[in-house]
Amino acid sequence: MLKFILKRILMLIPVLIGVMFVVFLLAYITPGCPARVILGEAASLEAIAQLREEMGLDEPFLVQYYNFIINAVRGDFGNSYRTQRPVFQEVLDRFPNTMQLAAMGIVLAVVIGIPLGIISAVKQYTPFDFGATFIGLVGVSIPNFWLGLILIMFFTVTLQWLPPTGFREPLQWIMPTIAIGTNSCAIIMRMTRSSMLECIRQDYIRTARAKGQKESVVIFRHALRNALIPVTTVAGLQFGFLLGGAVLTETIFAIPGLGSFLVSSILNRDFAIVRGGVLLIAITFTVVNLAVDILYAFIDPRIRSQYR
Amino acid sequence: MDNTTTPRKKQSQFKEVWRRFRKNPLAMVGLVIIILMLIFAASAFLIAPRDPVTGLQGYNLQDWTNARQFPSSENIFGTDHQGRSMLARLAHGARFSLLVGFVVVGVGMTLGVTLGSLAGFFSGTVDNIIMRVADIVLAMPTILLAIAIAAALGPGLRNVMIAVGIGAVPSYARIVKAQVLTVREQEFVEAARSCGASDFRLITKHVLPNCAAPVIVEATMGMAGAILSAAGLSFIGIGLQSPTPEWGAMLSEGRQWMLAGYWHLTLFPGLFIALLIFALNMMGDGLRDAFDPRLRGAGGSARRFKKMQLARLKAESESGGR
Repeated sequence: MLKFILKRILMLIPVLIGVMFVVFLLAYITPGCPARVILGEAASLEAIAQLREEMGLDEPFLVQYYNFIINAVRGDFGNSYRTQRPVFQEVLDRFPNTMQLAAMGIVLAVVIGIPLGIISAVKQYTPFDFGATFIGLVGVSIPNFWLGLILIMFFTVTLQWLPPTGFREPLQWIMPTIAIGTNSCAIIMRMTRSSMLECIRQDYIRTARAKGQKESVVIFRHALRNALIPVTTVAGLQFGFLLGGAVLTETIFAIPGLGSFLVSSILNRDFAIVRGGVLLIAITFTVVNLAVDILYAFIDPRIRSQYR
Repeated sequence: MDNTTTPRKKQSQFKEVWRRFRKNPLAMVGLVIIILMLIFAASAFLIAPRDPVTGLQGYNLQDWTNARQFPSSENIFGTDHQGRSMLARLAHGARFSLLVGFVVVGVGMTLGVTLGSLAGFFSGTVDNIIMRVADIVLAMPTILLAIAIAAALGPGLRNVMIAVGIGAVPSYARIVKAQVLTVREQEFVEAARSCGASDFRLITKHVLPNCAAPVIVEATMGMAGAILSAAGLSFIGIGLQSPTPEWGAMLSEGRQWMLAGYWHLTLFPGLFIALLIFALNMMGDGLRDAFDPRLRGAGGSARRFKKMQLARLKAESESGGR
């Protein structure tokens, strides 16, 4: 098992170097010179040339990329073009809000999605199942940024119950959590349902029933345990996707997280921030995926055995 | 699966899929919505033709005396903050969204299927290079990758397609590769090779047709994802921009009037996005069930299922274990 984990961590390194390359390349091909963004349109050509020199922007592409990686490993992503504060600090300041939002979203999705999926599978082809399946399809399809707007229209404009924006008090957490969690909730529900249906048809379930065990024991001890293996994976992957999807939700609810900061940095052409922010989310996403893989192998011996 | 003669079997297989698809009410609803959307998009220039005098596009005809009208019998979806007909803008928006969807899926599928079949057929270095690059692209959440690319390229229709399209390639490559790995070991491929068929012929004539089902399903679902991502990009202001009536851009405009109570500016563009995504997802679900009824869980022996699942898990762990 330890060998498997080590192997997966080692496999991560080339992927991360590749991600850094993509992020670096994107900032590199962006039209417009960073020195001009920092100094403003009125700056003299000499000043710009000097700053370019200082920032190493005149070096060849590969040298710049090498410097970027070396500095990044040390935690140095340069300074924000706008505020001149270190990118690392700026990005890290906002990250907790994004993590909190994604975490609340995934908790909502799991707490509602898994029970609904179980009931739906156990009561297959009943009105409850059809209703849940339909709601699941709607939930998968609804764009989360539109859902956020609809929530604001309903709870703020019509009912005047909740504040439209902000993220300080628990009352302000309600709408963003629903907006970001609904898609994942529907996906987890559908996954739980189909996975439960597969398990319920297995021979060992028939055996358990034939032994005369109570239906609740059959469902929860025998079927659910196996059914949750793929669901765990999906929930983990969804958490990663929520980190990325937070960009839109944060923009709508004016949440001071990494996502909305990324958007405002893009619009202000502050590509030092964009580079650092995208990289941080990508690294978190990759680490979450790795954790999911390891967890998957941990709870499913069939996968573990392939790495011996 | 009883196969008599090859050509007849091919034909009847698709007939069989259609027969099963037709029986699925949700999938048929999806198909009907998609057809209606296509008609809606195609009639955009009939609903809102270009103004012959000013040369302005039909979706951009401003009428400031009629700004922010709520839906009425005259304007069934109301008018926006510049007095432009929401119906005209929604119809032209359908054009843009469907265009993005088709182009992204078309290009993503072509590239992904080519790369995936190369990786699956020629294991070793080719496979390693292709799949590691796919890993890198997949190491970023789809929407974030699209945002990063769109930010670098700047706004515009072509750039949105590129930004959304790059993220779409690896999933096709993965699916096709996994499928090729199982198909290429089968006897009919060996038989064809012993008859002297070239690698190209083996891939295109024998291996790829057997990968069609999962690719078609992924294309349907992928189109939903592409349209959603494109709308998201426009919504945060780095995709298509005003006055282009992209649904996401319209949402972002309408949002500014939301707190003032002009609900129709936010409701309708989002409703159209949701409806189209919903239809594509339902159709994708229906296609998957129609192609492989075993996945519904109704029939099929447990043993056959286990064998299939094991193959899938193997293929997945082979390609990085995700």
